[in-house]
Amino acid sequence: MTVGTIGLERVRADFPILGRTVHGKPLAYLDNAATTQKPRQVLDAITSYYTGLNANVHRGVHELSERATEAYEGARERIRRYFNAGSAREIIYVRNATEGINLVAYAFARPRLKPGDEVLISAMEHHSNIVPWQLACEAAGAVLRVAPIDDRGELILEAFERLLTPRTRLVSITHMSNALGTVTPAAEIVRLAHARGIPVLLDASQAAYHMRLDVQALDCDFLVATGHKLYGPTGIGVLYGKAEHLEAMPPFMGGGDMIASVTFERSTWNVLPYKFEAGTPDIAGAIGLHAALDYIDAIGFEAIGAHERDLLDYGTRMLEAIDGVRIIGTARDKASILSFVIDGVHPHDIGTIVDREGVAIRTGHHCAQPVMERFGIPATARASLAMYNTREELDALGRALHRVREVFA
Amino acid sequence: MSDLSDLYQEVILDHNRRPRNFHALAGASHRADGYNPLCGDRLTLYLNVAGGVITDVAFEGACCAISKASASMMTDALKGKTVSEGEALFQRFHRMVTTPPDQPVEDMGKLSSLAGVREFPVRVKCASLAWHTFKAALSQEQKASTE
Repeated sequence: MTVGTIGLERVRADFPILGRTVHGKPLAYLDNAATTQKPRQVLDAITSYYTGLNANVHRGVHELSERATEAYEGARERIRRYFNAGSAREIIYVRNATEGINLVAYAFARPRLKPGDEVLISAMEHHSNIVPWQLACEAAGAVLRVAPIDDRGELILEAFERLLTPRTRLVSITHMSNALGTVTPAAEIVRLAHARGIPVLLDASQAAYHMRLDVQALDCDFLVATGHKLYGPTGIGVLYGKAEHLEAMPPFMGGGDMIASVTFERSTWNVLPYKFEAGTPDIAGAIGLHAALDYIDAIGFEAIGAHERDLLDYGTRMLEAIDGVRIIGTARDKASILSFVIDGVHPHDIGTIVDREGVAIRTGHHCAQPVMERFGIPATARASLAMYNTREELDALGRALHRVREVFA
Repeated sequence: MSDLSDLYQEVILDHNRRPRNFHALAGASHRADGYNPLCGDRLTLYLNVAGGVITDVAFEGACCAISKASASMMTDALKGKTVSEGEALFQRFHRMVTTPPDQPVEDMGKLSSLAGVREFPVRVKCASLAWHTFKAALSQEQKASTE
């Protein structure tokens, strides 16, 4: 029961929502892969922005606007440090990881794709890392290729390598599967692709709150992450891109802030990162995300990783001991996700019954229908862990699952 | 607060365990696929309609207990009814599961066991899926969806 030197109890006390009850039972929040809860520090940062600093950014000469701009750009620098990017120019604010992927699909891939070219993804992608590529490929007459996974839910690296062809223009792959928990060998994927001159986008939506990510060490060309899974607010996400790519790309959306000059004949684009940030951004979201990253780093991934690994092992053993439960996703390198099915019980019924016990899990296809198809199941139940979870909450899930077995005996 | 046993009544669990008319119907005059994207329920409904009468009904698919039981009971209820009687039943069922839980609903016999979904708003779509698919089959649409 540790989360580093701060301690699990104090960490939990920082998250106001964890104290509430659901259906008269203490909340056991095990749906973190969908979104994480927010610590008081994040909520306070947002409130104090709106109560003391609110103004538009990059516009006014007045005090508030300057201070708001400072805070907003300070958050960008904080994000740069979190992912160890070389420059804050390489950090683009987006709404979420989905928008980041769409930006790259639209402004990077589309202009480069020719008929017969290929984009390579994997069989464990979230819909957000499938559909933008389908749209881009369709527009260009290009082909979407899918690297297979094995029965454990691991990427088959040899098959992936064989799918890197002279026509491959981009690899876009998750660093951690939201449906299976598989952690992919991202650095190796990048190395294999780069050996053939192919750029790589990493979807770090899940990985970013479970492990330290270093975009320079990974050497990825793009990386996307989303604030609301990083214990931060919804509506703010991050696209990292190597400056050389971002410089060469056309804008994604037009509007205020992204221009250098506008006339009716012609407009010119602002410098990085502003070229990709049209309109008034989510200033409060950026400031909230700053506080969230401070919070994560104060605890540290060594402590978070050890705690989450303990919970994953504990939860895995608990599930394996329940009759009729089958875990989906048993990769050797795996983090924080327990996807499972129960013989004779549809996951939707599991979700409803455990909800009545105060246990929040996700049931369904997890926006990864091809993964469900791969395993021949319509859906799974998924418990997903974060730094504030406890063994007791997993026990509550275990009791709730016994209740499921009783109802469907 | 409602109890789980309001939702998972014995008659529902029984129809989930032993769904009636749970098979394909070769040569069906009408068929439609139903899909609930929220939870992944999928079912295919088959109808044989002759002279305005539903002479046979069957379904198959991968569904949660609520949608499977609802489909099973529906097939029982529809068999032998005229198409217009079936459509009227759809209206009554729809009214029953969408009436707020604190208001009374009419007695629909066995089908009333599904009135418990009103306390579980996300499950209303599960109970309705088969009925929407029935409507789609009658109008010969290819697909019904609860979205």
